[in-house]
Amino acid sequence: MTTKTDSDIWPDPGISRVPYQVYAAPDIYAQERERVFMGPAWHFLCLDCEIPNRGDYKSTFVGDIPVIVVRARDGSVNGLENRCSHRGATLCLEKFGNLRSFSCVYHGWSYDLDGNLKGVPFERGVNGGGGMPEDFRKEDNGLRRLRIATHAGVVFGTFHDDTPPLADYLEPAFVEKVARVMPRAVKVLGYNTQVMHNNWKLYAENVRDPYHASILHLFFTTFKMNRLTQRGEILVNDEGGHHVSTNWRDPDASIDTYREQDLRAVDDEFALNDPTLLDYQDEFDDNGTLQILSVFPGFVMQQIYNCLAVRQIVPKGPDLTEVNWTYYGFEDDADDLTTLRLKQANLIGPAGYISMEDGAVGEFVQRTLPGAQSEETILMMGGHTAESQTSRATETSIRGFWKAWRRYMEI
Amino acid sequence: MPDTLLAANLTASQLLADYAACIDADGLEQWPDFFVDDGLYHVTTAFNHSRGLPAGIIHADGKAMMQDRVTSLRRANIYEPQRYRHVISTVRVIQAKENLIETEANFLVVRIMESGKQDLFVCGRYLDRITTADGAARYEKKLVVLDSEKVDTLLAIPL
Repeated sequence: MTTKTDSDIWPDPGISRVPYQVYAAPDIYAQERERVFMGPAWHFLCLDCEIPNRGDYKSTFVGDIPVIVVRARDGSVNGLENRCSHRGATLCLEKFGNLRSFSCVYHGWSYDLDGNLKGVPFERGVNGGGGMPEDFRKEDNGLRRLRIATHAGVVFGTFHDDTPPLADYLEPAFVEKVARVMPRAVKVLGYNTQVMHNNWKLYAENVRDPYHASILHLFFTTFKMNRLTQRGEILVNDEGGHHVSTNWRDPDASIDTYREQDLRAVDDEFALNDPTLLDYQDEFDDNGTLQILSVFPGFVMQQIYNCLAVRQIVPKGPDLTEVNWTYYGFEDDADDLTTLRLKQANLIGPAGYISMEDGAVGEFVQRTLPGAQSEETILMMGGHTAESQTSRATETSIRGFWKAWRRYMEI
Repeated sequence: MPDTLLAANLTASQLLADYAACIDADGLEQWPDFFVDDGLYHVTTAFNHSRGLPAGIIHADGKAMMQDRVTSLRRANIYEPQRYRHVISTVRVIQAKENLIETEANFLVVRIMESGKQDLFVCGRYLDRITTADGAARYEKKLVVLDSEKVDTLLAIPL
């Protein structure tokens, strides 16, 4: 393979046209591993409540790199690459568990919860023969560690030494918005994983795309849940990679503006047989009905009414992506609120009324990539730059993603 | 096999066969009629089920929610044309009492896309509670437990 120069891939300095090559090229995927996922960025690992006790661990990923997140003896959280230092075998094979130490199934090398190498079977050989040489030092051969930072019960990790402190990385507005949907002790309500046959960035863009919400997801419009005319705002952070799209309920909103646009699904005849699906408890005391928040590169937090979830985007190759959904509520939720969360969980996930399409639309793009390798997307809704906007007829937060991506990738 | 168990097995097997045939023939509008009015249809993963986690993939608490899902699939949701072919195991009766049958059955569902692509979409278990109180057999509860936590692309048509 010839290595493309950066200017070949994306000659224009702007962020309102994206070359389709970036979704397909294997060398871009490899560079993303090095510069984004192992680069100076923070990555979602787990919720703090998922590993409450000493030795509790969860197997997860940073990019496509397997990682373990474990509760250490002192109560802190450790992030370790899930790879034996010896010959590279996967250490933890289960998704969740509790261990006093990690032991590799291949040759039995063992590590404490901080990733220090503690045991090497036959280190001194057998009957005076074999064994490790004198110059092998266990203390230099522990597991690769990630730096860990936790905010509002959300655990992030980074491989890179130069990643700024998490609060600086998020920027103040996002520190606050993350905390808004994690105000109390969290409990997980369930998990699932949606497999998508597209490059991970197509999903990262979809999350940051308020323009499509009322057009692709007709459930919104059919049931008059969400309108571009409803009061909302899109915040994009200064560096560009994070966004938060917020709606506040406005009972007086007119649908006239919307109807004039002659969209497919506005239908006065339409009513739910069970309207309790769209009940709403103002649990954060601010009338906010929707908050979709992304943290560069692959983390999403969402509140849709009283349905709360985090999503982790896991690349599995240039054209395969998994999205891990974790639905949550709070330890002190009343039963009626839990019931509401479970009903509204129908809105999201692989069978979600307003998200099932997102599992397919990336693939619709992916299929056309063979013919598009010298072409570019059009990403100009709302202008050419990536500042915060009040209109949701905008692609500003997608441009923000590319602004950050280009900086990380040096492209 | 005792007569009551045999009768329960026949009732449950026929209901499940009818249920799967209805879905595979795109009879979505008839799908909620397999349930009593306050019946529960819940699709989750073995992982969630074994840990007692209440959220899954689909949660329809009552026939009205099932009808809403059908309406949404027909009128609001956008997905490529696709069909299912259910392959269902023999039914295992767990309990048969007056007017109540509890069963378990395994399933494979092949998804056939418009392009002709056909893949094993999901496998798992139906954990069913059937009432025969009003003469006809209907589901009071149908718990669909998927063996894998991964769903390919999307799950539109009910399982």
